[in-house]
Amino acid sequence: MAGPIIDVEDLYHRFGEVVAVDGISFSVEEGEIFSFLGPNGAGKSTAINVLITLLAIQQGKATIAGFDVKEKPQQVRNSIGIVFQDVTLDRDMTCREILEFHGRLYRMPAAERKKRIDELLSLVELDAKRNVRTKHLSGGMKRRLEIARGLMTRPRVLFLDEPTIGLDPQTRMRMWEYIKTVNDEGTSIFLTTHYMDEADHLSDRISIIDHGRIVVTGTSYELKNTLGEDLIYLETADLPRTRAILSRMDTVREIREKSRGIVITLDGDGTKILPGIIEGLAGNDIRVSAVNLKKPSMDDVFLHFTGRELRDAGAHKPATAAISAGRR
Amino acid sequence: MNTGFLTVYWRDMIRFFRFRTMLISSLVQPALWMAFFGIAMSANFDRLTSVIPPIPGVPSVDYLTFMSAGVIAMTTLFTSLFGGVVLLFDKNWGLMREIFASPLPRNHIIFGIALSGMTKTFIQAIIIMVFGIFLGAAFFAGFSAGQTIISIAGILLFTGTFSLGFLFLSAAISISLESPEGLQGIITLLTMPIFFASNALYPVDAFPPLLQAISVINPLSHLVNGIRYFAIGGNFQAIGIHYTATPLEIVISFLLLVAFALLMFAFAVWRFRKASVT
Repeated sequence: MAGPIIDVEDLYHRFGEVVAVDGISFSVEEGEIFSFLGPNGAGKSTAINVLITLLAIQQGKATIAGFDVKEKPQQVRNSIGIVFQDVTLDRDMTCREILEFHGRLYRMPAAERKKRIDELLSLVELDAKRNVRTKHLSGGMKRRLEIARGLMTRPRVLFLDEPTIGLDPQTRMRMWEYIKTVNDEGTSIFLTTHYMDEADHLSDRISIIDHGRIVVTGTSYELKNTLGEDLIYLETADLPRTRAILSRMDTVREIREKSRGIVITLDGDGTKILPGIIEGLAGNDIRVSAVNLKKPSMDDVFLHFTGRELRDAGAHKPATAAISAGRR
Repeated sequence: MNTGFLTVYWRDMIRFFRFRTMLISSLVQPALWMAFFGIAMSANFDRLTSVIPPIPGVPSVDYLTFMSAGVIAMTTLFTSLFGGVVLLFDKNWGLMREIFASPLPRNHIIFGIALSGMTKTFIQAIIIMVFGIFLGAAFFAGFSAGQTIISIAGILLFTGTFSLGFLFLSAAISISLESPEGLQGIITLLTMPIFFASNALYPVDAFPPLLQAISVINPLSHLVNGIRYFAIGGNFQAIGIHYTATPLEIVISFLLLVAFALLMFAFAVWRFRKASVT
């Protein structure tokens, strides 16, 4: 089928007086990994809950795999897989039973269930835990089992709500690998995250969402580039003269002197400006002995577009920040 | 036919048999009622009623036999009222999200949980019957094998219908509430009047009018009527009171239980339609 796998137009959602989702529109192409990046409380989970039919759509239009969320919720349900934000595994069921239960909920035939369970347990490397109750699994294993469950019915699109929240860095990397593998096998992925690095690392495209609105959408590269603030670090033998020459170049916005070199902020795309700068310096008999071009990070991007840092980027901030912002 | 409810049933039965303490306590509890309350009370009642001259020509049953029917009914009531509690935990632990986001129609959650609750009450009812007979309850006395089988089927029919009503109610309350404590409170509030304003453990004949009125509309009384009819018969005396029941009266009792179950089902469907889990 042609057309986007997820298409959302002007979606609003209110809880009483509180506007959680304030008119968002976006579309996700088949085969894409698309992220909502934003702080807790930005409206990411509400949007996802509307799309997966857990919340009735109030205003706007959304189609998933060609099915209208409002008109054809059953078809939508049959087209998607979900990994919820919190662990939603029955502690007293085994890995196999968790997947079996899910397959039955979606009315998969017994033979196919059995085959799919074997496939998925080996995909997420939980074969050895097949008959172990989920309460005995580590956090990473639980998450992997949930991903397997989300894939049980071979969905066209997999929704991942904060897939690596609360996992240690090593486990997060493994989770990213699984997500990439799943995507490589053809499943489109919609994920929400408040981790900059996660959105950056995984997504084909990112929407930065804040206060229920999409602030900007683009590839990680585009978003960083729109800042036009690439940073270049240079080392030369004669710093004062280098500085004087650089200050006459119109591509250079700002110059800061460090102990052994100079950091300049650019107005445009650093990858294109850098050769000219080196040439210009060479024309004045200044040899550049070291150079480093730094793209802005997603943190810089978020700061630029929202005017502030992520309210609670749990992994990077002291514990107090994470606690004070907990919405649930 | 969509057999989605069997999925919910399957999962709840796994849990029932997996939680050994829950399984054993639910089986031992009714036996303990029989062993302690039953024997203690029947010693007292039989002593007190021994001075009452028996009604001539009416078969007499002892108190243990009389109250065994009540213990089956009481156990069914408690098990059914708690049968939906698992839904509250599923909701609070996020497990209900998986089910609500799946194509399974919501009514099937109600059916599934009711079916597993009913299975549990059947297991308990059979244990009480066997244990009661072992203790000396004169169930099915003088019945032929065929009559006994029909009687057991009748008891299970009544028990099953009654349990469905209270399981639907329990499911409706559980899906509507947020806290297990609140649920506990509501269930306790419900069990007291239902249990004590009934003919489960003692005759209602001496009740004040209001209590008698409650006992007449009380589904538990109708369940007890049915169980006694099938286990003892339609004409007997116990604790000095002459009990009679015609087949028509028993059919009416049964229809009342069916009506109660349908009403509670409608209530549950409404509550599930309203329910939202995120």
